[in-house]
Amino acid sequence: MEYFIKLFLSGTAKGSIYALMALGYTMVYGIIQLINFAHGEIYMIGGFTALILGGFFFSKGMPVSLVLVFSILLSIMYAAAFGFTIEKIAYKPLREKPRLSALISAIGVSIILQNFVLLSQTEKFLPFPNYLPEFAWLLPYKEYLNSTQLIILITTAVIMVLLTLLIKFTRMGKAMRATAQDMHMAQLVGVDINQVISLTFVIGSALAAIGGVLICSYMGQINYYIGFIAGIKAFVAAVLGGIGSIPGAVLGSFVLGWTESFGTGYVSSDYEDAFAFLILIIILLIKPDGILGRTRRQKV
Amino acid sequence: MKASSILKEIGKSLIIAIGCMVLFFPLMVMKVNVTRGVAHINFRWNVLPLIGIVAFVLSFVWSEALEWNEKRASAKKVENGLDNNRALNGRYLKNPALRPIFLFALFIFAVAFPFLFGMYHTNVMITAFIYVILGLGLNIIVGLGGLLNLGYAAFFGIGAYTYGLIWKYIGPSFVAAGFNPGWLFWISLPLAGIAATVFGIILSLPVLRLRGDYLAIVTLAFGEIFHMVMQNAGDITGGATGISLIPRPWFLGQKLRPPEAATYIYFIALVFVIITIFVVRRIEDSRVGRALEAMREDEVACQAMGIDMVKNKLITFAVGTFWAGIAGVLMASQTTYINPDSFTLWESIMILMAVVIGGTGSIPGVIAGAILLKLLPEYFRPLAQYRMLIYGIAMILIIIFKSDGLIPRKRKQYTFKEKELAK
Repeated sequence: MEYFIKLFLSGTAKGSIYALMALGYTMVYGIIQLINFAHGEIYMIGGFTALILGGFFFSKGMPVSLVLVFSILLSIMYAAAFGFTIEKIAYKPLREKPRLSALISAIGVSIILQNFVLLSQTEKFLPFPNYLPEFAWLLPYKEYLNSTQLIILITTAVIMVLLTLLIKFTRMGKAMRATAQDMHMAQLVGVDINQVISLTFVIGSALAAIGGVLICSYMGQINYYIGFIAGIKAFVAAVLGGIGSIPGAVLGSFVLGWTESFGTGYVSSDYEDAFAFLILIIILLIKPDGILGRTRRQKV
Repeated sequence: MKASSILKEIGKSLIIAIGCMVLFFPLMVMKVNVTRGVAHINFRWNVLPLIGIVAFVLSFVWSEALEWNEKRASAKKVENGLDNNRALNGRYLKNPALRPIFLFALFIFAVAFPFLFGMYHTNVMITAFIYVILGLGLNIIVGLGGLLNLGYAAFFGIGAYTYGLIWKYIGPSFVAAGFNPGWLFWISLPLAGIAATVFGIILSLPVLRLRGDYLAIVTLAFGEIFHMVMQNAGDITGGATGISLIPRPWFLGQKLRPPEAATYIYFIALVFVIITIFVVRRIEDSRVGRALEAMREDEVACQAMGIDMVKNKLITFAVGTFWAGIAGVLMASQTTYINPDSFTLWESIMILMAVVIGGTGSIPGVIAGAILLKLLPEYFRPLAQYRMLIYGIAMILIIIFKSDGLIPRKRKQYTFKEKELAK
């Protein structure tokens, strides 16, 4: 039983990591039906920016708590700016084109950003300092759940609630839902879809940056390539939960985390990723629109 | 242009330039260096004005280019509305009568290629041909059937591993029985195609219910599972180290030296490219091909017309994956070495890119896309580490300015003759 709880908690921690990324994925997908391959790269850039700026502030002798706050805030801003710019350059001209074109463009952006960071920084794995606070009361339970994991878990929960509130109850959220349903119709009734899409990218990228900082703190290292794999995992989680749905993304991420954790714990540690993909196939077989995805009636 | 509007443009570009300077500041000007857990930052101030100038010029060029692109697109629309035929024929040759001559010249060039250029270029061309076969195969699934497949490299891998495993397990006893190992290539070729087809059908069964991106993600998952199994089932597949010393095909019972073997494989690949083109063309114009096109346009309407969707999807996957298996054997025999890392998600994405950049659904387009995609990085080599960066930029430029692909698909259309319209 103790082993079970341990696996469950580590799965939960893993799931909350995926969820941080999957939320941004699902938002962008929900609005413009684009599998944004560059999302993982934004996450990587968020992490890198935090590492660089945090290192700079730290070397100037700033206290750790301020370093943490400033580096996170700045990396969020930078990642959001990157997301905004990418959308304007690479996706906006393709909005009326077949969806595959935008997908290829996203892959192109992903290649560019990876190599941009590779060239301007380094190809090596860099150690990522953990500026996050350590809770003393959690220390005895360290092997079950450490404080970084707890912070990630709480952040994910807070972000999920905030996003749900934003989308359900604000004017902007209403505009977002309208755009997601029908872009042209939304435009007709006066929604500025350029603004809505830009905002979606800004929010999604900001989430990716938060994820980047927290997850890199947890992993303790960073490199130009971490974004791609993380992006794929997050995408799987988002699809698992029903892409486009905010609670679905979180639920899907937890299911993914638990599956991996129990799979490696009880079956074999070699096939961690294979379990994730297997559960995806099985769930999509039973529910073709994901766990919480709405089944859309097809119209001709 | 008026002076005020030029000033406005310059002001806009200036703002963009300053924005870019701020945006790229931490990543390009600051360089992080971690020693013993402490990050040191080096500033590269000389980069900063460079970013500004480049951003200023590029933003100018970019807005002009987008405007030009839009103008061109709307002009094309008008032209297409009335006179489709001229646009179609003028696409790569003005005079349709010249087409056979053009194709014949191309064929002669392809045959002469290994003798004109060295072994290195021949080998590059073989990989390009393998990509053409893969691209055409994927084109059946994505271009004709409209089923987005992100796990195509797995079928490529199944083909290669079929040959590799046959060599590893049957090869020794085959040689001991007195046959030459070059025959294994020809035995593996159909078997690999069949193996890939079988897996394609197995995968397509759960996929029947799925649509759009859900389908994409399941194929992606399949590809990753294949990669992982090959990597971890070390006792059978050789794990991450893969299988080496796979024999090249022999010519008339003679073992060939590497340069000659390259030429030989080149011609085998060329023959398969031609066969693939022929088959895909025939499929396109067949009953099945028409049904697939209908399925891509609208599944429900297509079902209502009495087309068997299940059968169609199965055929799409079966035919499409067969070519991946063939390409896999060619690839294994060319490199004589396979490992799981040749069949990752990246590989699937690259093949998909060849299809989309060339022109989804268009045979000449896919061929052009595959060759371009494979040759560009090879000949970008002098650019060393900037290679992939430029590659990514080129991809985005192509897709934005030619978003239907380099040679877009031409649809069969029945239009009125110009004369009748004039009356």
